[in-house]
Amino acid sequence: MIIRRPDDIPSSEITSEAHYLARREFIARAAGLGAAFVGATLLGACGTRDGAAAAARGGPDSAGATPLDDKPNSFEDVTSYNNYYEFGTDKADPKANSGSLRTRPWTVEVAGLVKSPGRVAIDDFLKPHRLEDRIYRHRCVEAWSMVIPWRGIPLRDVITRLEPLPSAKFVQFTTLLDPRQMPGQQRNVLDWPYTDALRLDEAMHPLAFLATGLYGKSLPNQNGAPLRLVVPWKYGFKGVKAIVKIAFLDRQPATTWNVAAPNEYGFYANVNPDVDHPRWTQSRERRIGEFRRRETLMFNGYASQVASLYQGMDLRRNF
Amino acid sequence: MFALCLLPFAHLTADWLAELGALPGWRSSLGPEQIHATQLRTGLWTLRLLAITLAITPARELFGLSALAKYRRMLGLFVFFYVAVHVATWTWADAGFDVGYMLEEVRKHRYILVGMLGFLLLVPLAVTSTKGWIRRLGGRRWNRLHRLIYPAAIAGTVHYLWAVKKDTFFPFVYLGLFAVLLGYRLARTVLERRAPAML
Repeated sequence: MIIRRPDDIPSSEITSEAHYLARREFIARAAGLGAAFVGATLLGACGTRDGAAAAARGGPDSAGATPLDDKPNSFEDVTSYNNYYEFGTDKADPKANSGSLRTRPWTVEVAGLVKSPGRVAIDDFLKPHRLEDRIYRHRCVEAWSMVIPWRGIPLRDVITRLEPLPSAKFVQFTTLLDPRQMPGQQRNVLDWPYTDALRLDEAMHPLAFLATGLYGKSLPNQNGAPLRLVVPWKYGFKGVKAIVKIAFLDRQPATTWNVAAPNEYGFYANVNPDVDHPRWTQSRERRIGEFRRRETLMFNGYASQVASLYQGMDLRRNF
Repeated sequence: MFALCLLPFAHLTADWLAELGALPGWRSSLGPEQIHATQLRTGLWTLRLLAITLAITPARELFGLSALAKYRRMLGLFVFFYVAVHVATWTWADAGFDVGYMLEEVRKHRYILVGMLGFLLLVPLAVTSTKGWIRRLGGRRWNRLHRLIYPAAIAGTVHYLWAVKKDTFFPFVYLGLFAVLLGYRLARTVLERRAPAML
């Protein structure tokens, strides 16, 4: 993980442990990339993507969780290989079919157990926040992964601003429902509109993020424009796209994939190499652009930051 | 016909050469997940060619297209060729030739188990596809052995169905297709047995 701020860090913001570790990781990664560059040069003809990745592959860093070769996938990869059933079930469909989505004007509804529920234009919703860049690993439940440089706002800042009531325990996100703009919704592949949710303490974790862009540009439609949830320690399907509603609830709501296949997709959906999908393995994954599969890391490599959220829980039952 | 069956493989080869930068001017259509695309493509061509192979007998009997019969064995061998590439990609790219991992995967995941079963059923058919083996076994026994293609077709389709995450439209299309092709044979056998009584 890398957290980079466009401007000076305000003095009020004391560096947290996560930030400190991220900085260490950044330095280690920079060194790794340097080694990769030298390695690729030395490898000469065979210094392709695989060669560079192999050269960059080192041991875990001092945080004990993160390998050193997290080179972001290309803009092309990130924006042309997407799971977004609202635009079709093939990975190439979202890019091909999402041109019909209009992301302005766009209204976000804030609902439920919150100080002032209501509907806000997206630009007013975003205005109080400063955009940050974060490079996160993205692990799909289908056992492939990418590294994506997101731009957006920490979810906890948004939640703090919205002031949920003490009775609020869960946050639910809902995607737009409009079969004309989202042709995939004309087929009942899933129970539309798509919804998913987090426990409030998960949502308040500093890593949880609302993306409005990637690669320093505004979010392409196929990646969830204009507003998309990113929870890097969970499987990608938790990342609700094209959000039109954020609701604070006192009990755990139903979630789209859990309703579709309760024994395959749980509410938590934390990346866990020890708990297989009933039909396929989760112990390994293919990083897009690599040939061989790599080992999947607990909580997608963010265990040192997020494991405490699940202390005492049976992760096999709460998958 | 031979060249036609080779076309998907030629396309795959061209795409891979383009991925490796060895074929300037050709645009690969494998997308960012080239291995998965390769597996999907070879798997689908296995099922397609299998369906065509199984369609030859009905085409001959119903529409008198006997000229097709001579292609049946070659088509069957192409089925095996594509499934072999499909399995090889898994063995190499997914399992890294790790036998322990492969056995564990087969044991743990029914879609891999049923797929492997379908592949293994096709191995004896490919081995005995030569003229020498037909002679050695005799036409009757050879024909009986080669009925293994029926369970292999079902195994391959169920493998596809179980591997798909949610959108099962195409697996069911193939399942329907094989149900018709196998159902035709079943109906014919039943009718042939009844026919003498009706005379």
